[in-house]
Amino acid sequence: MNTIVDIKDLSKSYKKLKALNNVNLMIEKGTVVGILGPNGSGKTTLIKIIVGLLNSDGGSVVIDGKIPGVESKRMVSYLSDRNTLYSWMKIKDAFKLYKDFYDDFDEDKAINMLQFMKLDKNMKITELSKGMKEKLNLTLVLSRKAKLYVLDEPIAGVDPVARDQILNAIIQNLDEDSTMIITTHLVRDMENIFDKVAFLKDGEINLYADAESLREEKGMQIDEIYKEIFA
Amino acid sequence: MDFNNSLPIYIQIMDYIKRKIVINELKAGDKLPSVREIAQDLKVNPNTIQRSYSELEREEIVFTQRGLGTFITEDTKRINQLKGNLATKVLEKFISDMKSLGYTKDEIIDMISKMNGVIK
Repeated sequence: MNTIVDIKDLSKSYKKLKALNNVNLMIEKGTVVGILGPNGSGKTTLIKIIVGLLNSDGGSVVIDGKIPGVESKRMVSYLSDRNTLYSWMKIKDAFKLYKDFYDDFDEDKAINMLQFMKLDKNMKITELSKGMKEKLNLTLVLSRKAKLYVLDEPIAGVDPVARDQILNAIIQNLDEDSTMIITTHLVRDMENIFDKVAFLKDGEINLYADAESLREEKGMQIDEIYKEIFA
Repeated sequence: MDFNNSLPIYIQIMDYIKRKIVINELKAGDKLPSVREIAQDLKVNPNTIQRSYSELEREEIVFTQRGLGTFITEDTKRINQLKGNLATKVLEKFISDMKSLGYTKDEIIDMISKMNGVIK
């Protein structure tokens, strides 16, 4: 087995609130892992520790042999759950920013994907709808040749057409060399792209298993298992 | 395609392809779409599609030619068998539904024989 992310006994509290409690998670190279849980279950906290934006209180995260920091950031491409682009920008400025920041940014790929997303490089960021912004951010994130892609709620609040474009862009990008961690509470829409799913409940991993084995074992789709766990 | 039952996705995709073969939408020797194409169409992880194809190959319903793709078997006996299996499944479900409504074997047979208007 080829582990790319190894999380051990990870804990994090905000003052008295325990956001993560002894989280253990091993992720194999080339797989798509869904981290599922309602708002406030600790998904974004976990993601922010993995990408190196937040320190943990205890436990460890190792990404391809490195602890989160400058070196790991070079191989991790992260889609935030918030828009991170400046409002004065046009799409082409965002491209330039990514090119300056990341050696692994593939501009040709970004241009192709932009076309696929039906966006134009001369559009202004402020003129984009929520779905368009999401598509642009995803284009930027997936156009890096990273070892690990971390997508925090990639389809939250977008319309069905944009959602399908986003799902297709993600599927197109899958190969045995890249690994993806995707958080979502929109399980029905995304469950078919996961190899494995982790249910995060009140900061703890409630269940972590192969998605197809779970369906077989429980005789239910992941969406129904989700409702059972969180109801 | 709507995945909405108790089966794993790879089995649902296998059934979907088998059904297309039975209704002759996919014919003996036809090339199946690539794993990537189906993955896009159905919005499913390519690993899952690959598993469906491998299982169909194990069941000798499709065969793979290196570098060329995956094709429907040219063995018409196998295809007819598939058709028979699917018909049996439909009948089994019908019979179990009728039994749960309280009908006996003779009553079911009698009712079917009187369905001339529906069966042409």
